[in-house]
Amino acid sequence: MVNLKVNGVSRQFHGDPEMPLLWYLRDELGLTGSKFGCGTGLCGACTVHVGGEAVRGCITAVSAAEGQDVTTIEGLDPDGNHPVQRAWRAHNVPQCGYCQSGQIMQAAALLDANPEPSDQDIVDGMEGNICRCGTYQRIFAAVRTAAEEV
Amino acid sequence: MAGILNLSRRDVLKSAGAAAGLVLGAHVAPRSLIPAAKAQATAIQPNLFVNIDSAGTVTITCSRVEMGQGVRTGIPMILADELEADWSRVKIWQAPGDETKYDPAGKDGQNTDGSRSTRHHLDVMRQLGASGRYVLEQAAAKKWGVDPGEVYAKDHRLYHTGSGKSFDFGDVIDVAAEIEVPADNAALKLKDKSQWKYIGNDMPIVDGYDMTTGGANYGADISIPGMKIAVIARSPVYRGKVKSFDASEALKVQGVEQVVEIPALADDKPAEFRALGGVAVVGTNTWSVMEGRRKLQIEWDAGPHAAHDSSTYDDALIASAQKGGVAIRQRGDVSAALDSAAKVVEADYFVPYFIHTPMEPPVAIVDANVRPVKVWAATQSPNETRQYVAEALGVEKTDVECNVTLLGGGFGRKSKPDFACEAAILSKMVGAPVRAQWTREDEIRHGYYHAACAQHMKAGLDEQGKITAWHQCGAWPSLLGLWNPVHKTGFGIEYGLGLIDMPYNNVPNIRIENGEADIMIRVGWYRSVNNIQHALAMNCFANELAAAAGRDPLEVLLELIGDAEVMDLAEDGVEEYWNYGDSVEDWPIMPNRLSNTLRVVADKAGYGKELPKGHGLGLAAHRSFHSYVAAAVHVVVRDDGSLHIPQVDMAVDCGRYVNPEGIRKQIEGAAIYGHSIARHGKITTTAGAVDQSNFHDYAVTRMSDAPMDVRVHIVEDFAHLKPCGVGEPGVPPYAPALLNAIYDATGKRIRKLPVTPEDLA
Repeated sequence: MVNLKVNGVSRQFHGDPEMPLLWYLRDELGLTGSKFGCGTGLCGACTVHVGGEAVRGCITAVSAAEGQDVTTIEGLDPDGNHPVQRAWRAHNVPQCGYCQSGQIMQAAALLDANPEPSDQDIVDGMEGNICRCGTYQRIFAAVRTAAEEV
Repeated sequence: MAGILNLSRRDVLKSAGAAAGLVLGAHVAPRSLIPAAKAQATAIQPNLFVNIDSAGTVTITCSRVEMGQGVRTGIPMILADELEADWSRVKIWQAPGDETKYDPAGKDGQNTDGSRSTRHHLDVMRQLGASGRYVLEQAAAKKWGVDPGEVYAKDHRLYHTGSGKSFDFGDVIDVAAEIEVPADNAALKLKDKSQWKYIGNDMPIVDGYDMTTGGANYGADISIPGMKIAVIARSPVYRGKVKSFDASEALKVQGVEQVVEIPALADDKPAEFRALGGVAVVGTNTWSVMEGRRKLQIEWDAGPHAAHDSSTYDDALIASAQKGGVAIRQRGDVSAALDSAAKVVEADYFVPYFIHTPMEPPVAIVDANVRPVKVWAATQSPNETRQYVAEALGVEKTDVECNVTLLGGGFGRKSKPDFACEAAILSKMVGAPVRAQWTREDEIRHGYYHAACAQHMKAGLDEQGKITAWHQCGAWPSLLGLWNPVHKTGFGIEYGLGLIDMPYNNVPNIRIENGEADIMIRVGWYRSVNNIQHALAMNCFANELAAAAGRDPLEVLLELIGDAEVMDLAEDGVEEYWNYGDSVEDWPIMPNRLSNTLRVVADKAGYGKELPKGHGLGLAAHRSFHSYVAAAVHVVVRDDGSLHIPQVDMAVDCGRYVNPEGIRKQIEGAAIYGHSIARHGKITTTAGAVDQSNFHDYAVTRMSDAPMDVRVHIVEDFAHLKPCGVGEPGVPPYAPALLNAIYDATGKRIRKLPVTPEDLA
C-alpha cells in the first residue's frame, strides 16, 4: 500500500506499487490533465510535482511518492490562476494544448526553484518538454512574464 | 449555399445539444447528395447551427476539428461578427460527424485537413450569421410594431432608430422563432467589410482556460462505464501476420483480462484506413495492458515487405528520378535548350520518410455493442471514421455515431481512422466498450509515413546567366498505394502539391516528370505533404543556379518567378490541374504574389547586409494551399557543426484572413515544424521494420534547438482576394531557406534532409 496526498487529498493506493504515477492519476483517480506522450520520460507531457519537484509521471512509480505531496495541473491553483497559468493565457501560448499541462508544471517548478532565471536557465529548464505545435517562442515569453510576477 | 431555414420549430434542438431557443441552420444539398435530394423533394437538411437562448447566450456549432490550428475560434468568429454577437456571450458546441448536417460549404465532408476550413467557410459562416441577425431584427420590429428597416443589431442588442428603444438578443427569442428566413440569400444584409469587428482582428483561442488548467478533453480523456483499455502488438513489417502467439505470461499481469487476436486484413483488401490486425491485450488500466504486451511471445510472418531496406530503397528512388519518367508538364523544348545552353547544372535532392509525432498518440473509444455504435475519437475526419468503423463491424455508416474530441496535434495522421477501427473490432470481440490506446512506439513504428522522395534537377543557363531550361523529375511512393498497392507513379493530387505548379514561370523551357517507385510501407499525408520536397528542391536548386551564374540568389529567384498576375498551366499542356480541389478562377496561381512575399521577407530580414563570419541568410518562397509564404532564415554555423538560428522572418499572403493572431501562431509553429524536418526527421527501415521507436531515436526540435525569434509578416496587398490556407503553407519554405542560409554561411551545399552535424563540421 502507498500513502500519498494528491492535490491536498490523502490517498491510499493498493495496486502494483510499480505502476507509474501517471496511470494512477489518469486511470484510477480520473485526473486527466496530465498527459501521456512517450511513456519514457522523453517529452514531459506527464509532468507533475512530487514534493514540489517536477517529475515525469510516466516513469515515476507510485511508490516513489510514498508520504509525499503530489500536485497535478488540476491542483496547481484553485482557480487556475497561478502566475504561470495567467502568463500562458496572456501570451496565448497553446495551440493544440496537449503538452501545455506538462509545460506549465515544469515552468512552475522552475520558477519556484529559481525565481529569477536567466534566458539560458529558462531554455535548460524547459528543454525536456516537447511541443510539436511549436509554441516554444511563446512558452519562453510566458515564463519570462511569470518570473516577473512571482 | 441555397438558403437558410429558421429551424426553431423543428426537432433539431436535441441534435444541436443546446437549450431551447432560436436555431438557424444552413441547408444545402452537398454535391454528393443532389440526386437523393431531387428524388425526395423534402431531403433538404440543416447542417450548421447557431442557437440563441432566452438568456441571450449564443451557441455556435463548430463542425471543424480543433487540432491546434485555432479553428474553434476562427470559424465561429465569422458567424459572431455577422450576427453582431458579443464574443464574451458566445459558446462553442462541437458537432459530431454528420456530413448531411454539418458540412455547410458542401465541400469537405467535415474532413479537417488540406488547410481548407477558412477558405471554404468564410462565405457560408457570414451568411449564417447575417441570417441570424435578420431574424432577430425582424422579431424586434414585430415586438415594437415598427418597420424592420428601422431596427438594427449591434453588440448583442437590437435598436430602434427612431425611439432609441433596445432589446437584448435573448429578449426577442419568443417572436424570433416564428420568423421565416428569406429563401434568397440576396435578401440578407451582409455587413460591409469596414463594419467587421472580429474578422481581421486578433482573438485569443476559446479553449485557452481549459488548456491551461487541465480541463480540456482529448481522446484518451474520455471514459465510459464498463470501458476496457487495450494496447495492440502489431507486425513490425507492413502487412505482416501473426503466425502464433503465447499470452500466458501476459495474462498473469494484474489488471490484464484478455488477450485476443485482431485478424489480419485480408490480402485482397487494400490498407486504406483499415485495421491491419495484431494481438491485443485488454484490461482495466493502461499500465497493466502495456506491461502485458511486453510479455507477449509472438511469431510473425513478415511477408513480402521484409525486403524493404530504406538504404537500398533510397538508392532506387534516386536512380528512378535520374532515369526519368512520365512527363506531366511541358513548355518549349527542354532537350534542345539544354543542348544549346552555355552551362548545364545537375543535382539530386532527397527527403526521407517522416512520421507525424503529434504529442497525443492516436486513441479511440468505441462501444460497438449498442446501436448506434458510439465512437469518441481524436479524429480529423469523423465521417470517414464512421465509414471505416461501419465496414469493420459490418453495419451501416448511419448506425455509427462519431464524437470528436480535441486533438493533441494531428498533422494529417489523425485523418486516417485505422485506430478507431481497431477499437471497434476489439469492442465487438470482448463485448464491452474499449479504449484502444496507441503508445509513442506504436505511432512511430506503425504509422502512415511521409513519402520519401528523390528529385533529379537539371537546368541550362545562357551566357548572361539566365535560366533557359528547367528539368525536374521526382520519384516517390504514392499515397495512392493505400488503395492500389501496386501503383507505381504519383497522381494528380500529388502533382498538384507544388510540383506540376512549379512557379518559375519565366523559364521558357520546362519539363516536369514523375519516375516510378514501389510502395513498401503505408504512405500518407503529413502537414503540407509533398510540398516539402518540392519546395526544397526548387528553392535550393535555384540557389545553386544563382551560384553557378555568379548572381545574387534573390535576383535570380525574382527573375524566375516574375510578376505575372496569373500562371496558366493549361498553356503548358496541363489538362487537369488539381489546385487543392478548388477552381483556378477563384484561386489562380499568381506569380506576382509569390514575388511579393519574397520582397517583403528580404526587406524585413535586411537581405544584402554584411554578416559576420559563420553567419548566413537564406531565402525561399512557395505557394501551397493557395497561400504564398516566403521565409528568410538567419543561421550561425559553428566550427563543431552545430548551428543556431537567431532570427526567422516569414511573409504570409493568405488573401482575406480572419484571425491574424491565429496566423502568427501557425506560422511560428510551422517554422519549428520545418526546422524539425530539416534537422531531425528521418525514418529508416531494416528488413521491413521501422528502426526508430521514440523521441530518443526519432528526435524532434526542442527549445534549445528551436528558432526562438520567428517574425511573421502578414502581407496585406492581396488581402481583398479569396481566403487561402494557413495551417500547412508555412512548413515548405523553411527547410530550403535554412539550407540556402547554410550555403551562404559556409559554402556547403546540402541536398538531402535532415542536415546533420557531420554535414556541417
